[in-house]
Amino acid sequence: MTREELPNLAESKLTALVVDDNFVNQSIHQKLLARLGITNEVVCNGKEAVDAHCSGRNYDLILMDMDMPIMNGIQATKRLREMGIESKIAGVTTRANEGEKKEFMEAGLNDFQEKPLTISKLLSILHKFDFYVQT
Amino acid sequence: MLGLGVDRLQADINRLLASLFHQGVLDEHFLQLQQLQDETSPNFVYDVINIYFDESEKLLRNLRLLLVDREFSDYKKIGLHLNQLVGSSSSIGARRVRNVCVAFRSASELSNRPGCMRGLEVVEHEYHYLKNMMHELFQLEQQRLLAAGVRYPV
Repeated sequence: MTREELPNLAESKLTALVVDDNFVNQSIHQKLLARLGITNEVVCNGKEAVDAHCSGRNYDLILMDMDMPIMNGIQATKRLREMGIESKIAGVTTRANEGEKKEFMEAGLNDFQEKPLTISKLLSILHKFDFYVQT
Repeated sequence: MLGLGVDRLQADINRLLASLFHQGVLDEHFLQLQQLQDETSPNFVYDVINIYFDESEKLLRNLRLLLVDREFSDYKKIGLHLNQLVGSSSSIGARRVRNVCVAFRSASELSNRPGCMRGLEVVEHEYHYLKNMMHELFQLEQQRLLAAGVRYPV
């Protein structure tokens, strides 16, 4: 998809939180979101994601990595749902066997994508959550 | 004449990239990285690749320290480091590095120490080859930018 063909969702004023301990993935995920006009922030682990919400911040979309130190994606997703956070949470991970994927989904995910995240995977997530309607 | 310098350098860049794709050193995710570079982040590829180098070298150092320790038995830690390497290598399109990390990870899952040592050596070799090639690519791009910035004297 060329840059000109990409939707610009800036008018939707969507916000996103990237939760990933890997700096390469943080940079790429933030850039993918920014390219689609989605304002975003980044944190390095599940605990920081939970703390961000405890401080009153809220996001339309959370991109949640699975394997992270201190608090992993499964624990963080469970905690956020227990807190009543209704944001759409998409799990993104490099590798997950069926059991791990099931456990991650059951923690409260709305969607799951395997890394590396691409523009088309991100659009698929947004489309699933009705944040983006393909024309 | 000076325009020819830019063209020649661009041809060298294209040739190098084609070779790296042909060898399987890079895959389509590197192209995505290039496509994400724009006027708001004109050095995006360079910046992300350098983050990758910094992170990878720390991980490789830690892996070596773990494996040379005579008392070593923490294969889970090896696995965690390798998951990081697999993830970031996949994200930047470093296909061969990613693949040898996956092979190394299989050895760690079997608690195969000699296999892990061999795996580490192969990963280090592939990583350094990639790093050298990326440096060559960045040098060519830098030269091309400089050549493109040359103006005819009026």
